[in-house]
Amino acid sequence: MSFIWTIAEQHDGELKAVSFELLARGRALADALDTRLASVLIGAEVSEAQLQELVVRGADEVYYIEDRRLAEFVCESWSNTLATLVRQYQPAVILAAATSTGRTLMPHLAVKLNAGLTADCTELAIEAGTDNLLQTRPAIGGNIMATIKTPDNRPQMATVRPRSTVPLPRDPQRAGKIIRVPADEAEVETRVRVLGCRTDAEDFVNLEEAEVVVAGGKGMKRAENFALLRDLAAQLDAMVGASRDAVDRGWIGYPHQIGLSGKTISPKLYIGAGISGSIQHLAGIKTAETIVSVNRDPDAPLHSIADFAIVGDLFEVVPELTRRLKALKAAET
Amino acid sequence: MLAYQEKPVKIIVPIKQVPETGNVKMDPQTGTMIRSGAAAVVNPLDLYAIEAALRLRERHGGSVTVVSMGPPAAIKAIREAIAMGCDGGVLVSDRKFAGSDTWATSYTLAAAIRWMGGSDLIVAGERATDGDTAQVGPGLAAWLDVPLATYVAHITHASEAGISVERLTEEGYQQVELALPALLTVVKEIATVRLPTLRGKKRARQTEVPLLTAADLDLDGARLGLKGSPTKVVKIARPKVARGGERVAVNGDPAAAVDALIAFLEQRQLVTGGRQ
Ligand SMILES: Cc1cc2nc3c(=O)[nH]c(=O)nc-3n(C[C@H](O)[C@H](O)[C@H](O)COP(=O)(O)OP(=O)(O)OC[C@H]3O[C@@H](n4cnc5c(N)ncnc54)[C@H](O)[C@@H]3O)c2cc1C
Ligand SMILES: Cc1cc2nc3c(=O)[nH]c(=O)nc-3n(C[C@H](O)[C@H](O)[C@H](O)COP(=O)(O)OP(=O)(O)OC[C@H]3O[C@@H](n4cnc5c(N)ncnc54)[C@H](O)[C@@H]3O)c2cc1C
Repeated sequence: MSFIWTIAEQHDGELKAVSFELLARGRALADALDTRLASVLIGAEVSEAQLQELVVRGADEVYYIEDRRLAEFVCESWSNTLATLVRQYQPAVILAAATSTGRTLMPHLAVKLNAGLTADCTELAIEAGTDNLLQTRPAIGGNIMATIKTPDNRPQMATVRPRSTVPLPRDPQRAGKIIRVPADEAEVETRVRVLGCRTDAEDFVNLEEAEVVVAGGKGMKRAENFALLRDLAAQLDAMVGASRDAVDRGWIGYPHQIGLSGKTISPKLYIGAGISGSIQHLAGIKTAETIVSVNRDPDAPLHSIADFAIVGDLFEVVPELTRRLKALKAAET
Repeated sequence: MLAYQEKPVKIIVPIKQVPETGNVKMDPQTGTMIRSGAAAVVNPLDLYAIEAALRLRERHGGSVTVVSMGPPAAIKAIREAIAMGCDGGVLVSDRKFAGSDTWATSYTLAAAIRWMGGSDLIVAGERATDGDTAQVGPGLAAWLDVPLATYVAHITHASEAGISVERLTEEGYQQVELALPALLTVVKEIATVRLPTLRGKKRARQTEVPLLTAADLDLDGARLGLKGSPTKVVKIARPKVARGGERVAVNGDPAAAVDALIAFLEQRQLVTGGRQ
C-alpha cells in the first residue's frame, strides 16, 4: 500500500504556511503514485475551519491528534504518538518541514521506525519503475546537491526546506475526511516540561519565513547604522539579517545571523550590504530566488553570485534606495 | 530541606571531524565523501557543544568526555577537544562503520556511549558542516531513550534533578525543563568558544584515547555502515551558482545605480515587497 503523509505545523491554533507547502509537495507525489494524501496535525484547540483548510489545500484526509498536553512541541511525546499512528496506517512516505520542530521530530521518529530520513530536501520526485522517492538536498554548505533514496525501508521520510515550493491555490470545493485521533495516555507522558515561550526577546526575527531579507555585514561599520537597513526593510516588508561578523561585534542579535553557523534562508529577495560573501555566508543564501549585492569592492564574492550587483558605497546607495521606494509607494496611493 | 552536595555531572560530547573548507570531494560511485586531501578539523558547531559542557563542569564539577566516530585520523579531533579542556575522549573507528547514514551513525554512537557507562548529560552540536543534516543528535536521544532539547541557546538552570534551557525556535525561545539524563543540541548563541591552551595541548598529547571497534560494542552487524544504512546517496551534482547577474558601478552617481536596480526589481515584480 502506498499512502503519503505530511506533518502539518500550527502555532497557537493557526496553521503555518509550511503546512500548505508540504501539501503541494505531497499532492504531486500522491498523484504520481495514484494514491491518497493525508496530513497529520498534533496540537490542541485547533478549529474545525483550520482543519478543513488542510483539505482545501490538497489533503484527502486529515488526522488530528488533539490533547492539551501535546499543545506545545515536545519531541518525546510527539514522536511516541506519531510512531503509533504510523504503525497503524503504514504510510509509504512522510514529509515534514525542515523547521526546528520537523528537524527534531523526524530523526527521532525515524529511529523508532527503522526508517531512512533525508534532510532539508529542495526537490522530491517518484522514480519511474520502482516508485521509490527520489529526495534531493543541498549539502556541504550548498556546494553539492545529493539525491538520496531509501529502497528497502518504509516509510520513506524527508524534511523539506521551507519556502522551497509554493502552496496550491485554495480549492474550497475539495472534499476530504477529518479524523480525530485520541492521544494515548502513556504516550503523552514525558520527561520534558514546557515552561513557556519567550517571544518578547528584544530583536527577535523568524528569518526563515521572510519573503524579503535585507542583510548587513562588517561594512555597516557600527550598530547604529543598522537603522539604515531597518528603514529599507520597512519599505520592502523585509526582515533584517546579518553576517557573522556583524553579529559577533554585537551590532545585532544572533537570531539575525545568516549562514553556516546561523540560518539558511530562501526568500524571494535577499539584499546584502557591506557583506563580502564568504563561503560560510553564502551557505545560508544559495536558495534565495534573487540576490542583490551592494559593496564597494568590485571583487567581492557576493557580487559574483548576485543577480544584481551595485559596486559602490552602501552609505550612498542604501538611503537612496529607501528614498526611492518610499516615493514609489507614495505615488501608488 | 537539607542542603546536599551536588553530584558531579558526567557529560559526554559527541564530536565529528569534518573537512576544513567547502571544497570536499565525493566518490561518484558510492556518493560518500572522500576524506583524503582537505585538512580536517573539529566540526566548528561542535566547539559550542564542548564550550557549553566545559562551562557546566566549571559550575558543577564533574567531567567532560568527547566521543567521535570516524577514520583513525579523527583522533586529532579528540586531541583538539582535550586541548580545549575536556578530560578525555574515545575514538570509535572500524571499516565496518564506513558510509553510515545518520540512522546508522546514531545507532553506533549510542552503543559507544553505553560502553562509556552512559552519562548525566549529552551535549551535541546543532549540525555538522559537511553532512548538514542535524539528525544525529535527535537520533541518539531516541536510541538512548533520553529526553531531548534541540537548538538550545541558553542553559538557565542545572541541578541533579534536571536542566532548564531555552530553545531557539521560529516563534521565540521555548523554555523547557528536562529530567536527567538528557541530550541537548546547542547553537552558536550558547557561548563564545575558548581557544586551546598550551598546557591543554600538552595534556592532549599525553592522554590515552581508547579506540573502540565494532567488536568492542554491543552491535547488530546488519545495522552498520553503508550496508546497514536505510538511506542511499544515488547521485551527486553541482548546483548552478552563477546567476550571470547584472552589474552597475555607482561612480559618483548613486541615483542612476538605484534607478537601474529599481528597474530590475520591477521587472522581477519584487518592489512591492514580493507580496503575492
Ligand atoms: C566555521 C565558520 C562558520 C561561519 N559561519 C558564518 C555564518 O554563519 N555567517 C556568516 O556570515 N559568516 C560566517 N563565518 C564567517 C565568514 O568566514 C566571514 O568572516 C564573514 O561572513 C564575513 O562577514 P562580512 O562579510 O560582514 O565581513 P567582511 O568579509 O569583512 O566584508 C565586509 C565587506 O564590506 C564591504 N564594505 C566596507 N565598507 C563598505 C561601504 N561603505 N560600502 C559598501 N561596502 C563596504 C567590504 O568591501 C567587504 O567586502 C563563519 C566562519 C567559520 C570559520
Ligand atoms: C552529501 C551527503 C548527504 C547526506 N545526506 C544524508 C541524509 O539526508 N540523511 C542521512 O541519514 N544521512 C545523510 N548523509 C550521511 C551523513 O552525513 C552521515 O551519516 C554523517 O555521519 C552524520 O551526519 P551529519 O554529518 O549530517 O551530522 P549531523 O547530524 O548534522 O551532526 C549533528 C551532531 O551530531 C554529532 N555527530 C555527528 N556525526 C558524528 C560522528 N561521526 N561522531 C560523533 N559525533 C557525531 C555532532 O555533535 C554533530 O554536531 C549524507 C552524506 C553526504 C555526504
